[in-house]
Amino acid sequence: MQTVEKELLFDIETIRNNFPILHTSVHGKKLVYLDNAATTQKPRSVLETLDIYYREQNANIHRGVHHLSEVATFEYEKARGKVKNFINASDNKEIIFTRGTTESINLVAHSFGRKFLHEGDEIIISAMEHHSNIVPWQLLCEEKKAVLRVIPMNDDGELIVGEFEKLLSRKTKLVSVVYVSNSLGTVNPIKKIIERAHQNGTPVLIDGAQAVAHMNVDVKELDCDFFAFSGHKLFGPTGIGVLYGKQSILETMNPFQGGGDMIRSVTFEKTTYNDLPYKFEAGTPHIAGGIGLGAAIDFVQKIGLQKIYEYEHELLTYAMRVIGSIAGVQLIGTAKEKAGVVSFVLENIHPHDIGTILDREGVAIRTGHHCTQPVMKRFGIPATARASFALYNTKDEIDALVKGIGKVKEVFA
Amino acid sequence: MSELNELYQQLILEHNKSPRNFKKLENASHYAEGFNPLCGDHYEVWLKLDGNRIVDIGFLGNGCAISKSSASMMTTSIKGTTVEEAEKLFEKFHQVVTGKWSVDENIEELGCLGALTGVSEFPARIKCATLAWHAMHSALTNSAKTISTEEEKNQ
Repeated sequence: MQTVEKELLFDIETIRNNFPILHTSVHGKKLVYLDNAATTQKPRSVLETLDIYYREQNANIHRGVHHLSEVATFEYEKARGKVKNFINASDNKEIIFTRGTTESINLVAHSFGRKFLHEGDEIIISAMEHHSNIVPWQLLCEEKKAVLRVIPMNDDGELIVGEFEKLLSRKTKLVSVVYVSNSLGTVNPIKKIIERAHQNGTPVLIDGAQAVAHMNVDVKELDCDFFAFSGHKLFGPTGIGVLYGKQSILETMNPFQGGGDMIRSVTFEKTTYNDLPYKFEAGTPHIAGGIGLGAAIDFVQKIGLQKIYEYEHELLTYAMRVIGSIAGVQLIGTAKEKAGVVSFVLENIHPHDIGTILDREGVAIRTGHHCTQPVMKRFGIPATARASFALYNTKDEIDALVKGIGKVKEVFA
Repeated sequence: MSELNELYQQLILEHNKSPRNFKKLENASHYAEGFNPLCGDHYEVWLKLDGNRIVDIGFLGNGCAISKSSASMMTTSIKGTTVEEAEKLFEKFHQVVTGKWSVDENIEELGCLGALTGVSEFPARIKCATLAWHAMHSALTNSAKTISTEEEKNQ
């Protein structure tokens, strides 16, 4: 019994000690990092993996016969295997390394959309998408004379699934929705959305950028056709991301970029393409990034996503209560199903001013529209202040934020 | 808190609360809008010229205390000046908030704008302080009707 309890214990100090940056100061104050939806900090194991790679393993992959090239290729492909296991994909062929979520979505828009979308066809997104899940589809729709449809949301920031069902038709060629909203924190009922879309014969892309660091993701259980995420929001390096795609769909798609590594043979008359996933990976990739992402996945899996989810949920509940009860604060995004994001506005004080004053207190939050201008418009505000949590945050840090908001009100009193 | 107090001086908070010339000019001769795509700050600036003289100016829009108070102070500073004087003031103001020009030596020329010199300690906020000024400049030169802070090089 005792060992089980010990195992379940979420030792926050041990976790924090893994992140050197959390022990630094900003403007003479202890850093309180609450901007994890923008990017997460990196644990020692990721930093060391990157260091070892460049010191001892650096070479180009998939081509050299020399020792280092073999080592680098082995490590890079091992990382791909870790990603595959992490999201429970069926095969390494379904894991395409990209620069990040944005590139993953653009890849689908280019290689799937340009091939299968025709005039009058429709793509459905939601009212709470990040610009990166809006603009690629707008560009595609413009080119193909297709139509973009939007699932509306209610005042709590929850998608109205009934309206989504009405939008589905035989014209619908793709549904692309966000799993967890970066500006509202809403966790969308994507399983239901995927189920309904599939009943309509429509494939679904899930933008999982804000999900992977905070909850278990199982692409087989979700049955999504595409799943996109970034390494840097999962304690890994910037510049590396993933597109998961069902093998059967990936095989029908056009290549993304042309170049080295994505070809089988090239003559001036004709080029044949490489197998999955390399068909979509032209040029030398971010090798260190991929290997670093593998280390980041090891890190979160060692702790366990379920434990991380439960811990962060406790933080969120606390933060919503204490921030929500500050006089003059209005919470933006009050969905029943929410992940660790607290967006708020303060009466008569612009979020930018909040951000600057908090920064001087050592508290890092994000202010602005969070690349979701349609969300801001929906709530009739120009911007919000947003605190977003990760597994290393504490209630003390939320208290520091609350104290900081008190300072803001003092300055503007 | 000293740098913060420097940034959020009473005069700035007061202009933010009750911005001057916060209105649309119905008979404006020049107009432009200023937009910061990174944060969504947005202002419209109207000017009425009589020959070379700015006889009236108004602005409307939304943004942080720094951008709004700067816009407000701009209107009080250049109302009644010539176009050249307004442009020259913008140049000086820009140099002050970017920390390229000492405030102390020329504080008199700046007048109430001196209250905004604390911005130079906050690089991320320089674009806030200059947004309405860029719009004013654009309106006077007719170079573009909508200007974006991203046309200004990162400081």
